[in-house]
Amino acid sequence: MSTETAQAEVKKSSEALLSKRRKKLISDPLVDDNPITIQVLGICSALAVTTQMQPTLVMAISVIFVIVMANLTISLLRNTIPSRVRIIVQLAVVATLVTLVNEVLKAFAFDMYKELSVFVGLIITNCIVMGRLEAFALGNKPYDAILDGFGSALGYSWIILAVAFFRELLGSGSVFGVAIYEPISGLFGEDFSLATNGLMVSPVGAFIILGLIIWVQRTKTGYVEH
Amino acid sequence: MQQSNGYIITFSVILTVVLGLLLSGTSQVLGPIQKKAQDLDNKKQILGAVMAPEDLRAMSPEEVLEYYESRIASKVVDIEGNEVEKDSEGNSIVAESVDVGKNYKKSPEDRLYPIFIYHEEGNEDAVDSYILPVYGAGLWDEIWGYLALQTDLNTVEGVTFSHKGETPGLGARITENNVQARYQGKKIFDESGELRAVIMQKGEGKDYDGEEHKVDGLSGATITANGVNDMLKNYISYYESYIEKKKSGNSTEVAVLN
Repeated sequence: MSTETAQAEVKKSSEALLSKRRKKLISDPLVDDNPITIQVLGICSALAVTTQMQPTLVMAISVIFVIVMANLTISLLRNTIPSRVRIIVQLAVVATLVTLVNEVLKAFAFDMYKELSVFVGLIITNCIVMGRLEAFALGNKPYDAILDGFGSALGYSWIILAVAFFRELLGSGSVFGVAIYEPISGLFGEDFSLATNGLMVSPVGAFIILGLIIWVQRTKTGYVEH
Repeated sequence: MQQSNGYIITFSVILTVVLGLLLSGTSQVLGPIQKKAQDLDNKKQILGAVMAPEDLRAMSPEEVLEYYESRIASKVVDIEGNEVEKDSEGNSIVAESVDVGKNYKKSPEDRLYPIFIYHEEGNEDAVDSYILPVYGAGLWDEIWGYLALQTDLNTVEGVTFSHKGETPGLGARITENNVQARYQGKKIFDESGELRAVIMQKGEGKDYDGEEHKVDGLSGATITANGVNDMLKNYISYYESYIEKKKSGNSTEVAVLN
């Protein structure tokens, strides 16, 4: 986030670079209009990649990159894209970006590439990406589109990271691959051991965690579906 | 906005060309790096069959490659156990570039079988263990791995398994160190020299310490475990003629080591 704002401050614009309206572009999708918990988009990948923190973080970064770049590209082209083929143009741009991410992972983080395998490719079908392009980037200026994409992606990221935190902790007894259960059970002597919950490593576990997060959030914000 | 057909077609063509160039350019630039990463991963898996996982993890990529270079010799044999050095077109065959998965699609007689020999530094005759690739089918997708045998070509030194899409927490546990460690010290032939392989049992939590051909199973992953069993048994049988040859012909080599 710091690099984004730093870049933003260099540019000159008549409207304040982080005006109230623009701040809302970033902050709204975090809680009040969260893509996962409120709009209920991008659920499939939220279930699939969240068994461990590390791949989830890589996934989150990939999604942030794809959404921001796609939003920027589409926003720059918004006056030239023929409206009758706009969906396929969006798809082509997103698919290209996702393939780039996949290739870069394969070259520089081969272990992650193996682990995430098909799920990086599936960012293409992540409804959040296409949703932001169609709903925002096509009708707004590039800088706003970047902020909007960044906000949505961040909203997605913190939810999947939260889900992954609980799933890894309860399912594998570790966080970011660092064992948590073992040292704790070590304190209580030889025979004592904390059991990991197998349910949490299966997709069902993600549903439960996600459901709980949505429940807590909606109780606090008072959001009701219409 | 309603645009003319000509505009739409021109736009699409330009977009396609630009994106296409971008993608092919990236793949050109990253291709060699990806190949290196894949090669490193492959070599790590091979070494994983004979090295402790934490030792391997502590090594930098350069150290892994260097270690591999100094400790592993490789060759390729056919089903008869004869060494193969050139393919039908006369190109020399490198064991590391033999794709076991691709070979799996051919009938066993036509496949190439790479062998990786873990030896002492600088002395290829002082063999520590023989590492054989294995390949098969799990529940959802392919599984593969490496089986390391001690110089008696009977005792298991270690194994590594990998998978593409086994169920996390169930079948995917074949990649865990504590599961793989169960194979250490097991025997693949019985006393009469009959091939028995090492069979993962049904159920989990029993102690198979005294049993030479059995290891504890994976609870809830019977089909993956069966896949592992078949994979090991099949591939040991494919390498059996090589093993026989090695045992009878090269008794001097074993004698030197013992």
